Amino acid sequence: MEIQSNLFEMIGIEENETDVISRPRVGYLADAWRRFKLNKVAVVAMIILAILIFMVLFGQAISGYNFSDMDKTARNLAPNGSHWFGTDKLGRDTFARVWQGGRISLAIGVIGALVSTVVGCLYGGIAAYIGGVVDDVMMRIVEILISVPYLIVVILMSVILQSKSVGTLLLAMTITSWCGMARFIHAQMLQIKGQEYILAAQVLGERRWRIVTKHMIPNTLSVVIVSITFDIPGYIFSEAFLSFIGLGVQSPDTSWGALVSEAQSTFIFYPYQLLFPALMIALTMLSFTLMGDGLRDALDPKLRK
Amino acid sequence: MSETLIEVKNLSKHFKISRKLVLKAVDHVSFEIKRGETFGLVGESGCGKTTCGRTLINLYSATDGQVLYNGQDISHLPKGKVLDYKQRIQMIFQDPYSSLNPRMTISEIIAQGLNIHFKMSKREQEEKVNALMADVGLTASFGNRFAHELSGGQRQRVGIARALAVEPEFIVCDEPISALDVSIQAQIINLLIKLQKERKLTYLFISHDLSMVKHISDRVGVMYLGHMVEIATSLNLFDEPLHPYTQMLLSAIPEAEPDPAKRRKSVKIEGEVPSPITPPPGCKFSSRCVYVKDQCKLEVPTLKEIRPDHFVACHFPRVCEEVSSC
Repeated sequence: MEIQSNLFEMIGIEENETDVISRPRVGYLADAWRRFKLNKVAVVAMIILAILIFMVLFGQAISGYNFSDMDKTARNLAPNGSHWFGTDKLGRDTFARVWQGGRISLAIGVIGALVSTVVGCLYGGIAAYIGGVVDDVMMRIVEILISVPYLIVVILMSVILQSKSVGTLLLAMTITSWCGMARFIHAQMLQIKGQEYILAAQVLGERRWRIVTKHMIPNTLSVVIVSITFDIPGYIFSEAFLSFIGLGVQSPDTSWGALVSEAQSTFIFYPYQLLFPALMIALTMLSFTLMGDGLRDALDPKLRK
Repeated sequence: MSETLIEVKNLSKHFKISRKLVLKAVDHVSFEIKRGETFGLVGESGCGKTTCGRTLINLYSATDGQVLYNGQDISHLPKGKVLDYKQRIQMIFQDPYSSLNPRMTISEIIAQGLNIHFKMSKREQEEKVNALMADVGLTASFGNRFAHELSGGQRQRVGIARALAVEPEFIVCDEPISALDVSIQAQIINLLIKLQKERKLTYLFISHDLSMVKHISDRVGVMYLGHMVEIATSLNLFDEPLHPYTQMLLSAIPEAEPDPAKRRKSVKIEGEVPSPITPPPGCKFSSRCVYVKDQCKLEVPTLKEIRPDHFVACHFPRVCEEVSSC
């Protein structure tokens, strides 16, 4: 009762018919971009961010004022035709100061997130890839660092380095914050390492670095990009908080956090001085978070429709 | 047919659990696989089937023993030969959901091996991928899709195409059907048999599905706690199992039309598999064996050829008259 295959005959599937169903060849990133554009909220968030970045770069020039020029005839003015966001108690133009402060806030957010991501990815990735005792030692170090309260580190750093410059602030903020990212990447890499497609690539004879670049990194990339967008508002907020309690950027330099800190003492009488920098912080954080959400959905091919 | 392709000699793979404890996943296993045959490897979960398969193709480095492929020791290959050897031996994986990279399209997955082992133009490669997809029963329209858009059976076909792309001689099928539902299992098995005929492949077929192993294998090895307890041709093993463990396994196969009278006589499975970290002394099966004698608890039985082409590792092998159904 052996069934011979020559007893069967292909009745044929029309090649043309099946071809209609198949979609055009799209690359992974092009496809992600296509799906990102479908997410209206994320696109709006991205546009807001673009406007914010533009204003941070050119806002001061548009206002026509220098952020540190004082004018004692124009103190604590409400928003008006010549001072769009009003002035502060030293007669400095708030519009110019908000965008100048934004430069430092955004720079700290982006640089902080990038530094901690790069260091964290390398550290966590290497630990997971080597494995064994090296992995154990490396991850215990991270756990010890993570258990040190970050405020103490920041205060100690500014005391030891005797400076309160932006550089010191960045160093103090990133010196332990990469640990979270390292743990995250470590867990991701371990999970991917155990997947059978990595074994399959080894069986096929793929070289080690090709396995890392072709299989392991692309599969962590989306979570890394997303966590960057979530990290940036975290840094901006930390900077705002540190400036607020007086450990951050010092006058005449300013940041959104420093502006809020200055304005809060006279907030009952001049609420607009507080309103504008606070609004910028809120807008930036919200936009980054929403864009991160959109990116996460777009970069996951499982959500493709 | 009788030419030996792979010879496994005293292969062991031990994992260190802690400073003192060692898990002997595979312990002094010896067998051989002949060119063109399908060698089935069966046993309960955790008995070392998968570890055996992976050590066999050098995915894990063996603790002891050697594997000879065409007479050459695979763990001590000269550097230039490694890639060549990897081209000849491929593997099909158990879980079709984790064996395909979710960020790659199906045609990229299948083309992986082509990029490593053959130099061909983009066009040639595309044609080859399409031909492979047709061979395993997928239409070309699947090429641009991602793995998650496919069903379990289709993914397993992709896995098979990926392995076939490099034109191997020997394929380790590591429970290729256990994650699929029954109707798809039959399709995949038939596909494997068809490909074997067309391409003169040799399979090591690892499974715990005894009826499937019976269907596809020429010879079968039964593993228990890292040891090979019985090796025989498929016919002999299923007609006249000599090791009590094999008898126990076979009587657990559900029958389409059970006969209550027969059923009562069959050897029931008793007890649990002991932990492989602390196995019983002597015969590893002594803690569950119904025919256990004092000698079994002291001496480790070795694999002996009791009948032509029928090897058993048991001090008191017996023909199971009472299990006539098996």
